[in-house]
Amino acid sequence: MNRFLWPLVGFIVLLAFLAVGLTLNPKEVPSPLIGKPAPAFRIAQLQAENSTIAPEDMRGKVWLLNVWSSWCVSCREEHPVLVEFAQQNLVPIIGLNYKDKREAGLAWLAERGDPYLVSAYDLEGNVGIDWGVYGVPETFVIDKQGVVRYKHTGPVTPDALRNKLIPLIKELNRA
Amino acid sequence: MHSKLIFFILLTLAWPLSHAGEATSVAEDDALEKRVMAVSAELRCLVCQNQTIADSHADLAIDLKNQVREKLRQGMSEQEIVDYMVKRYGDFVLYRPLVKSTTWLLWFGPFALLVLAFGVLVVKLRQRRRAMQQAPALSAEDRARVAALLSESNKKAQS
Amino acid sequence: MIPEIGHLALILALALALVQGVLPIIGAARGNAALMALARPAARGQFVFVALAFACLAQAFLGNDFSVLYVAQHSNSQLPAHFRFAAIWGGHEGSLLLWTFILTIWTVAVTQFSKQLPEEMLARVVGVMGLVSVGFLLFMLFTSNPFDRLLPAALDGRDLTPMLQDPGLILHPPMLYMGYVGTSVAFAFAIAALLGGKLDAAWARWSRPWTTVAWIFLTLGIMLGSWWAYYELGWGGWWFWDPVENASFMPWLVTTALVHSLAVTEKRGAFKNWTVLLAIVAFSLSLLGTFLVRSGVLTSVHAFAVDPARGVFILAFLGIVVGGSLVLFAWRGPQVGLGGGFDIISRESMLLVNNVLLMVAAASVFLGTLYPLFMDALGFGKLSVGPPYFDAVFAPIMALAVFLMGAGPFARWKQSSATELLKKLWGWLLASVALAVIVIFAFRHWTAPIVGGVTLGFWALLSSLAYLVMRVREQNASGVWAKLRGTTRSTYGMLLAHFGIGIFILGVTLVKGYETTSEVVMRPEDMTTVGGYTFRFINAQEVTGPNYRGVRVAVEVTQNGTRVTTLYPEKRIYNVQTMNMTESAIDTGLFRDLYVALGEARSLDEWVVRIQHKPMVDWIWVGCLIMAFGGMLAVSDRRYRVPSRRRQPEAGALAMAAAKTS
Repeated sequence: MNRFLWPLVGFIVLLAFLAVGLTLNPKEVPSPLIGKPAPAFRIAQLQAENSTIAPEDMRGKVWLLNVWSSWCVSCREEHPVLVEFAQQNLVPIIGLNYKDKREAGLAWLAERGDPYLVSAYDLEGNVGIDWGVYGVPETFVIDKQGVVRYKHTGPVTPDALRNKLIPLIKELNRA
Repeated sequence: MHSKLIFFILLTLAWPLSHAGEATSVAEDDALEKRVMAVSAELRCLVCQNQTIADSHADLAIDLKNQVREKLRQGMSEQEIVDYMVKRYGDFVLYRPLVKSTTWLLWFGPFALLVLAFGVLVVKLRQRRRAMQQAPALSAEDRARVAALLSESNKKAQS
Repeated sequence: MIPEIGHLALILALALALVQGVLPIIGAARGNAALMALARPAARGQFVFVALAFACLAQAFLGNDFSVLYVAQHSNSQLPAHFRFAAIWGGHEGSLLLWTFILTIWTVAVTQFSKQLPEEMLARVVGVMGLVSVGFLLFMLFTSNPFDRLLPAALDGRDLTPMLQDPGLILHPPMLYMGYVGTSVAFAFAIAALLGGKLDAAWARWSRPWTTVAWIFLTLGIMLGSWWAYYELGWGGWWFWDPVENASFMPWLVTTALVHSLAVTEKRGAFKNWTVLLAIVAFSLSLLGTFLVRSGVLTSVHAFAVDPARGVFILAFLGIVVGGSLVLFAWRGPQVGLGGGFDIISRESMLLVNNVLLMVAAASVFLGTLYPLFMDALGFGKLSVGPPYFDAVFAPIMALAVFLMGAGPFARWKQSSATELLKKLWGWLLASVALAVIVIFAFRHWTAPIVGGVTLGFWALLSSLAYLVMRVREQNASGVWAKLRGTTRSTYGMLLAHFGIGIFILGVTLVKGYETTSEVVMRPEDMTTVGGYTFRFINAQEVTGPNYRGVRVAVEVTQNGTRVTTLYPEKRIYNVQTMNMTESAIDTGLFRDLYVALGEARSLDEWVVRIQHKPMVDWIWVGCLIMAFGGMLAVSDRRYRVPSRRRQPEAGALAMAAAKTS
């Protein structure tokens, strides 16, 4: 082949990559927890200060862990969607109240409704770090064996529920 | 951005500690702090656009730095801490990509290219020299033209 | 009304750009003088209309016309006037207009300084630049019109991002764009030469000064950006290997290679294909940078707001411009002759090796920047490539390049010998090592990278001096002064640029190796010592700016009991975007900076303060300034100002060929 064609060939390859790149979202970081056992914790509940909650309490059930906080702006957008979803009783939702003040968290639930079975109270954010949380809100789907199956970053939208979360939950429930 | 403002105001109100004299280092232990910063400089702050957690002032970055400090204090090694972070946040958190089959091109590509380029260069230069030596001699006409041009330019250069 | 005039001006500019891009090139192909003659007036007309559009946008910003969407998004009536003007290029649409405006400035400059250029060549060069302009004007008009209206008008604007409210915004983007767009001139010359099939030494001579000027602007633009990041971002870093920074650095590396290979092509008629390819690559990388910044394919601190339609457009444009040029290259390249002969060790081969090193260095930056994208596109997952990678891969390649940079000028054209070079240079090499050892002893701490960096820095300085000494000795004028004057400006230019690299490397190495940082909690009267200086927290006061509120802390700095200065770092909240900004305070010195920035507040009177002592950090930017100044000296050389010596390079090349074969 004509050696003067090499730059052109290289460029075409680059162009193809850039075109694929346009369809990707560089900010979306997949969780390494997918397919791994849910990180353990046992911490106090938000409402009942003296009771605790741990992932192993949920063993045998498909459940959601939703990370939220009263200071988080996009949680405001997400909350009504979760409240409505909780009424369908498809799956228990455990809240992880992340780096919040207890009073503020309680007031938020009182005002906007409480979609959670219980909320764990993670004042220091250590549980959050164990779960690889980097932006609130985040939602994890955990199966009956306690394995993390899916992670949704950012507010849960009706679209995300319909297209991704509900089908997955139904499938896991059947298993 | 709103949450940041609230955070700022919250901090402005909280913790009215009082003391005077020598400023307390955030670190308490300078040697430890150096290690904290060295590890932090290798880790990406996931909520930021593109910053290490050492550079970032984001809440998550501060939390992670505290985690690094805590773990170092507990006696974990740098490598163990890096592994700890990768287990939670994935390879994405590393600014120094791991050397594995998918990153060989990244790590060794430039050096391989360098060796290849030098090899090609030497071969080409040899070929070129040979081609030059075998090049047909200039015609008498060309020589005359060269001489004319040269003398002309010499005149110009001297003027 | 005025925004509509601006919009119309852009459309008319597009029409003229089409004329400029198509007719003169056809004219050159057919030998039609009338069509070729259109190049100059069309280019100038296009400039007038783009300038008019620019003025209209400036008016909209200065006059707070919030019925213009772009103004409403990037300005605010509280914003001081000079920032309202700079806000023109504070966002995607306006910065694109600036790009185009600068392109027309360069084109007019080409038409102005082209008296000795053959009509055909000029027609093609200006034509190619016209085609580039067509692309950008279409891009603006179809996807990113800065004159789009917002109806009903906003009461006030959303304000310029506080991060950009800084004198840096006034200088840095125009300088950098002058550099980016400047590479289009070298590109246009290369394409014109390929189109005309005349890739000769004359072509190299014409494009050389333009390339050098573009290189100067790139150098200054990158330097300003780095300096701005240093004092604005608040943690004292000056280069982050961020994709957008890399996007400007890759064209710089390739343009640097181009400047050197043009020298060989001009003087010796060799490497023509390589030089032409470099000119294409340099401009392609400028365009690629535009794509990376505006398409959102990579995460960066500096990226613009993202719109996929824009990404598709630039990608298509990139494909046409670069793909087209490379097709032309593949077609015409094989017909180009070899040029003058030279030996394996000679000035030519040294420059070629330098080119290879610079290109491999650029390739490592390219790979590091785009690798996350490649991995993601192939489904191998996400990864990050950051400073540790570039330190490990880019730095050693560049170190080799700088080492050869010192030796290169000593090699003779055509033929040289390694032993001769060694004989001339070993003393200077030893001296560099000795100086490095002294410095390291002074700082009482060392690591291998520090030793290497300092040695290399001194090597760059000393070898430049040594070359000057040699050149002066060779002169047959009497008296040192006459000899110094007899040395050409382009020689001085080269030496200064190399000298600047040395200063730069010393700055980088010493600040990386010996900076000290301390993060302390301070209340009034608290003191702490960093790098031999004592910092005393005096007080914290609330301040109100034109469009922000904040707290200003006074920190008094003393050394051995004598007062050095008082620094006033600030923390600000901007009214409109309620964004929290850290304004660091810096005491700049020739041998060290003292850098104070506020962290979080624990109360109004109690702050986490980050104090840094940064030895030699300013040498980084001083080095860049010296490099740029060297470039200026080189373009001001006599031979670029003396017209009509067009035939001489050809004579030179022929004479070389004659000498070789006889």
